[in-house]
Amino acid sequence: MSQHVLDQFMFVALPYVCLFTFFLMTIYRYRMQSFSYSSLSSQFLENKHHFWAVVPFHYGILVVTAGHFVAFLIPRTLLAWNSHPLRLYVLEITALAFGLLTFIGLTGVIVRRLSSSKVRIVTSPTDWILFAMLLIQTGSGISNALVYPWGSSWFATSMAPYLWSILKLSPDVTFVTAMPWMIKLHVVLAFLTIGFFPFTRLVHVLVIPNPYLWRKPQVVRWYGRK
Amino acid sequence: MNIRSQVSMVFHLDKCIGCHTCSIACKNVWTDRKGAEYMWWNNVETKPGTGYPTQWEDQDKYRGGWEKNSQDKLVIKSTGKARVVPNIFHNPHMPSMDDYYEPWTYDYQNLFNAPEGADQPIAKAISMITGEDIDIQAGPNWDDDLGGSEIYAANDPNLAGLTEQQRLQLNSVERLVFYYLPRICNHCLNPCCVASCPSGALYKRGEDGIVLIDQKRCRAWRSCVAACPYKKTYFNWFTGKSEKCILCFPRLETGQAPACFHSCVGRIRYLGVLLYDADRLEEVANMPDNQLVEGQRSLILNPHDPEVIRGAQSAGIPDSVIESAQQSPVYKFVMDWKIALPPHIEYRTLPMLFYVPPMSPVIANFEDGLANHSMDSLFHGIDQSRVPMQYFANLFGAGHEGVVRYAMGKQLAVRWHRRAETVGDVDRATADRYLHEADLTVEDAEAIYRLTSLCTFEDRFVIPPMHREQAIEMIKDPYEVKAETGFGFVGGPQRGL
Ligand code: HEM
Ligand code: SF4
Repeated sequence: MSQHVLDQFMFVALPYVCLFTFFLMTIYRYRMQSFSYSSLSSQFLENKHHFWAVVPFHYGILVVTAGHFVAFLIPRTLLAWNSHPLRLYVLEITALAFGLLTFIGLTGVIVRRLSSSKVRIVTSPTDWILFAMLLIQTGSGISNALVYPWGSSWFATSMAPYLWSILKLSPDVTFVTAMPWMIKLHVVLAFLTIGFFPFTRLVHVLVIPNPYLWRKPQVVRWYGRK
Repeated sequence: MNIRSQVSMVFHLDKCIGCHTCSIACKNVWTDRKGAEYMWWNNVETKPGTGYPTQWEDQDKYRGGWEKNSQDKLVIKSTGKARVVPNIFHNPHMPSMDDYYEPWTYDYQNLFNAPEGADQPIAKAISMITGEDIDIQAGPNWDDDLGGSEIYAANDPNLAGLTEQQRLQLNSVERLVFYYLPRICNHCLNPCCVASCPSGALYKRGEDGIVLIDQKRCRAWRSCVAACPYKKTYFNWFTGKSEKCILCFPRLETGQAPACFHSCVGRIRYLGVLLYDADRLEEVANMPDNQLVEGQRSLILNPHDPEVIRGAQSAGIPDSVIESAQQSPVYKFVMDWKIALPPHIEYRTLPMLFYVPPMSPVIANFEDGLANHSMDSLFHGIDQSRVPMQYFANLFGAGHEGVVRYAMGKQLAVRWHRRAETVGDVDRATADRYLHEADLTVEDAEAIYRLTSLCTFEDRFVIPPMHREQAIEMIKDPYEVKAETGFGFVGGPQRGL
């Protein structure tokens, strides 16, 4: 297979397949099996190490994911912010710190699941595949940050246009194909995770509760009144 | 006034024999499933005792219920709008399986299949979670009948404030005393579980007040488990959803008493409708501790009052339900006689299950090792009761003895009255004096006696018509149900991947 075909497959076909699967299957699962949408918490079965695994992982992953979204949505603003070296350093170090937090948390999640026989019972093969994907993804993300520094800037200049081109249905792979293999791996795995998402426990991210913050404390439901 | 109806309950503790039939009925019908093995939506605990989950009444540990914050506002102890974000990943007040017990079974097959050997084969205990061998540490009624009393019962939070002498009195030889406390969800008026759920999955049914968890909306954020001060919402570790007592609503909707009520051997359970004013809930839930019992009573409306009837009708309550409320045995116990009291109302959830506190057994005076039944002490006075009033006050009166004394005094008076009627070795004047002191008429004493001792199934359970034809609308479009009756598909609860 020529490099060109491979690139087209990895950075055009695969992203569309994964995104399509994501939207179709999350909606399908929500409509057909809404019962299966759950964070599947295991705190009840093991409460001693739970905090030290789940909490750092989530704070880490939430900040890191949010960072990717910001760079994707407002690349120019980000570049302007980074134009000042001190601000660049602060941003990069913060991002790296949260990346490490994710990695440590995720390792904790995996170790906890391996070491508690009760939690192991509620860990499915899907979970193990997902943890492996997330671990490689976080690992490659941290390596990228260390080996190819100032990612917040090169993401804004190179990755954001590529992602936008995918979204605008006129894929332009020139920027990504020039990237080193470790970054390519990170991109491909990101799309794979998105495609795998609807088949995993990750769907809990889509049902995070927001009305709670402004609803009245008590909830009453009446027959026939929706 | 905003009148609503509530299916409410009374448990008459003097009649409970601690047989656990109720728990087994419930288990067989609802919780004999993977993930729910450890759940006892109905459980019976021995008091004094630590209960299930262990020491559930210790809210310094479990942080259940409501509390008043520094601005005198009612807030959920375990969570709140600001704390929901950090708590969602790891709930710091979530009990774990260790606080309940790890369910187990026995390897019975080994009795049949063990190879021939020098020793008899045994059925080893194995965990129902992991299937591994288990060293049994606790069970749901581990301190039943005061088993291991000194060690377990000493941790009962209701012993707080009792003097050393009172504590000794509880378990001194030949005066040892205990009683049973059967517990189900109280289907509270101000439920903490509902208020705590980030997803809004828990709700109170408007028509009958039954508190339920929408299984399709529950996302395992676990707030309800931490928030319920009675620990009556349970986390299903397999399906990843919380579950709780549903007051057997499918049975109620078809006119049958809930399984635990129906099967109760001691016939201790009563069920009926109460009408209440939902507009005053917040005001009452905010009252000082010593006014809470009275406050809750003030919410409950007299179903015979024409104004209340009109209000109920205009609030859309069917006449059939109003009629049912007029016959409610619960109204009699709670409002007419005031001898049934809410458990731990200081949690401020306004529970709608009321308990008639138990009289201690008749006791003789011991003199020189001989039992001496002198007439005067045939029924010991309330203050000589083997269970100190303070103990009951902690459980049923938010720490205040007044309401408990009143309820006990009435029950004592009924005993004197019936003794005078049936045995005749008590003269009428003495009985009347007791009745008078207890604020009781002869008619009421008779009625209490009848509803306590001679009650039929119909007396105990006045089930309102639940209008199932409308209730179904909450679950499914009636046209859909109609079209698929007999052929509808019901799937088992499938855990997400
Ligand atoms: C605000 C958003 C989120 C909320 C409220 C949330 C909440 C939760 C909760 C309650 C659990 C169960 C933890 C337990 O008790 O065992 C959980 C588990 C998990 N979440 Fe999230 N989550 C969020 C976002 C994410 C994101 C963005 C990811 C990753 C891409 C993620 C990945 C996971 C994973 C892998 C687990 C399993 C952890 C374990 O094995 O215990 N979550 N999440
Ligand atoms: S069935 Fe009735 S008598 Fe027996 S333990 Fe339960 S409540 Fe008590």
